[in-house]
Amino acid sequence: MNTVAVKSFDSSTNVRIAEANNPSSTFVRFPDSEPLRLACDQLLAPISIAYQTYGELNADKSNAILICHALTGDQYVASEHPVTKKLGWWETLVGPGKPIDTNRFFVICPNILGGCMGSTGPASIDPKTERPYALNFPVITIGDMVSAQVRLIDHLGIDQLFCVVGGSMGGMQVLEWASSHTERVYSAVPIATAAWHSSQNIAFHEVGRQAVMADPDWCAGDYHSHQKVPRNGLAVARMAAHITYLSEEALHSRFGRSLQGGSELTFSFNADFQVESYLRHQGSTFVDRFDPNSYLYITRAMDYFDLAAEHGDVLANAFRGTKTRYLVVSFTSDWLYPTRGSREIVQALNAVAANVSFVEIETNSGHDSFLLEEPEFFSTMRGFLNAAGVKRGLKE
Amino acid sequence: MLKLDTPPHGAHRVDHLLIAEMVEPGSRVLDVGCGDGELLQLLAETKSVDGRGVELSRDRVNACVTRGLSVIQGDADVDLDDYPDQAFDYAILSLTIQATRYPKKVLENLLRIGRQAIVSFPNFGHWRIRTQLLFNGRMPETQNLPEPWYTSPDSHLCTIRDFADLVALVDADVEAAVAFNTSGRRLPIRRSISLQNLFGEKAVFVLRKRHGA
Repeated sequence: MNTVAVKSFDSSTNVRIAEANNPSSTFVRFPDSEPLRLACDQLLAPISIAYQTYGELNADKSNAILICHALTGDQYVASEHPVTKKLGWWETLVGPGKPIDTNRFFVICPNILGGCMGSTGPASIDPKTERPYALNFPVITIGDMVSAQVRLIDHLGIDQLFCVVGGSMGGMQVLEWASSHTERVYSAVPIATAAWHSSQNIAFHEVGRQAVMADPDWCAGDYHSHQKVPRNGLAVARMAAHITYLSEEALHSRFGRSLQGGSELTFSFNADFQVESYLRHQGSTFVDRFDPNSYLYITRAMDYFDLAAEHGDVLANAFRGTKTRYLVVSFTSDWLYPTRGSREIVQALNAVAANVSFVEIETNSGHDSFLLEEPEFFSTMRGFLNAAGVKRGLKE
Repeated sequence: MLKLDTPPHGAHRVDHLLIAEMVEPGSRVLDVGCGDGELLQLLAETKSVDGRGVELSRDRVNACVTRGLSVIQGDADVDLDDYPDQAFDYAILSLTIQATRYPKKVLENLLRIGRQAIVSFPNFGHWRIRTQLLFNGRMPETQNLPEPWYTSPDSHLCTIRDFADLVALVDADVEAAVAFNTSGRRLPIRRSISLQNLFGEKAVFVLRKRHGA
C-alpha cells in the first residue's frame, strides 16, 4: 500500500452524514424569519445550532460557561462522539470536580456554524434545494460563528456568560466574543491562539485546501451528488495539519526513525517509518468523521480572522472599555500559535488596562498541548475560574 | 498623613504592611515584580483592591494565577511601555528596581502609569553593608542581598541618598518615605536622610509626578 487508504462509502460515513442533519445532541433551529446576516453580507436561514450541555444552570443564570471548539472539534467536549465512539475531546478538563467543574458550572458546547456535526454547514441540507449546500454555502467568518452562538445563548435565556473558553480556533471565538460582546462575557480564556492568522498559518491551510480540491472525488465540491468522498485529499490535508499540531521534539521522541513492522527498509514507498504510518492513520480516521467541504470553509474562516484589522489595525481598540476578566494561555512548544501571539493579545489588553492574567505553560507537545492534561495549565485554569467565581458571587 | 508607628510584624514583610496601610481601599493597583503575589493577596484581603501583577518568573506567575490573582508574565524593563497613562491609582515596585536594567525608565513608567508610585528597595548605604565592604573588601551578602555578586540579579543597587537623587531627576515629589532598620522598626525619612541612609536596611518611597513637569 503506497497511498492513503481508500475506503468505499462505509457505515461511519453514513453515520457522519446523518449527524450533519439529525444530530445526536440537542439542537435549536432558527427559522427563515430569523436569518443571520453574515460578514459577506448574505442572509443565512434557517440555522440549526447543535449543542451539548453539562451541569445545571443556576437560578439567576450566572454560572454558564461557553466552550468554543477548534477547527476539527465538535460539541462532544465531555461525552462520547457519536461517530468515533471516542471520549470527549476535553474530558480531562470538563466534568464533575475537574477544572471546569460541572458540579458548579453549567457548560454549553455548541458545534460551530459551518461545522458538520449538526449545526448548519456545507454538509447540511439546503431546504430550498433539498440537497447539501456544498459550495453554495456562503463563506463564513469567526465573527459569523460567534453571531450564531449569540443566538443560542439568547435562546437559553442567558444574559451574561460567566466564562467563554476555547483553544486554537476556539480561542479566536473567545476573543471575538470578548471584543464584540464584552458586556455578556464576565471572563474569557483564550488558549493557544492568536488575534490574527499569520502568513504561515494561511499557507498551511492553503496546502490542506488544495489537497482536498485536487482529489478527483471532490467533484468541484459536489461529491455528495456523486456518492463520493474525497478521502485521499482530506486525509492528506489532515496529515499536513497534524504535523503543525506537534512539536519537532514530540514527533522525534515518539517515533524517531523507528521502522514500522520490522527492522528492514523495504526500498519502496510503503510506510517504512512509524511516523508515516501514524500520519496515515490520523488522516484516514479523520476522514471518517469530518466533512471535506466543512474543512475548506472553517480553515477559510480562520484565515480571514484579523481582530486588529477590524479595529483600525490597533488590536487594543478591539478591547477598549472591556470589563471582562481574561486568562491568556500559551505553550512554550507551540509553534503554530506561538507565545508571541498571546503576548500581543496581553499587550493589547494592558493598553486598555484590562484585568488580565497570562501564563505560558512549559510543554514539549506543541500546539496539541491545549488538549492534553498539563498540570500547570489545569491548575491555573482552576485558580482563575475559582477566583472569578468568587468575584461573580457563585457558590463554591 | 501617614501613621508611622511600628506595626506588629506577623507573617508579612514590613514594607508590605506599610504599603497596605497607605493604599486606599478599593483602589486599582499594579504590582510590578509581584513575586508569589504576597502583597497583592494582602491588599486584596485588607483593602479590597483591584490588583494586577507583573512577574518575570514563569513559575511564580503560574503560582499567582493558581491562587486566583491577576498576574501576567512580563518584564518591567519592556512591558510597562504598553500600559496607558494613569491607568492605576498605585503602581508598585517592591524590592525590584535594583534588578531592572533601566531603573530610571522603569521609574518614569511607574509615575506615568500610576497616579502614585510606591517603590521599595534594599538600601546599599546600610551600615552593615558599608562595614562589610570596608573591612572585608568584598561585595556584601545580607538577608536582602543573599546572593554572591556573580549570580545576583541585582545589577543596579543604590543607597537611599542615590534614590532620592533619581527621584529629583525624574521630576517626582516624595509624598512619604520610610526606612526600616534590621528589626523592622520604621525610620521616617524627612529633611535629613543621613541617619536613615546609615540605619535603614530597606526603604519605601511614595512618589507622584510633579505637576507641569
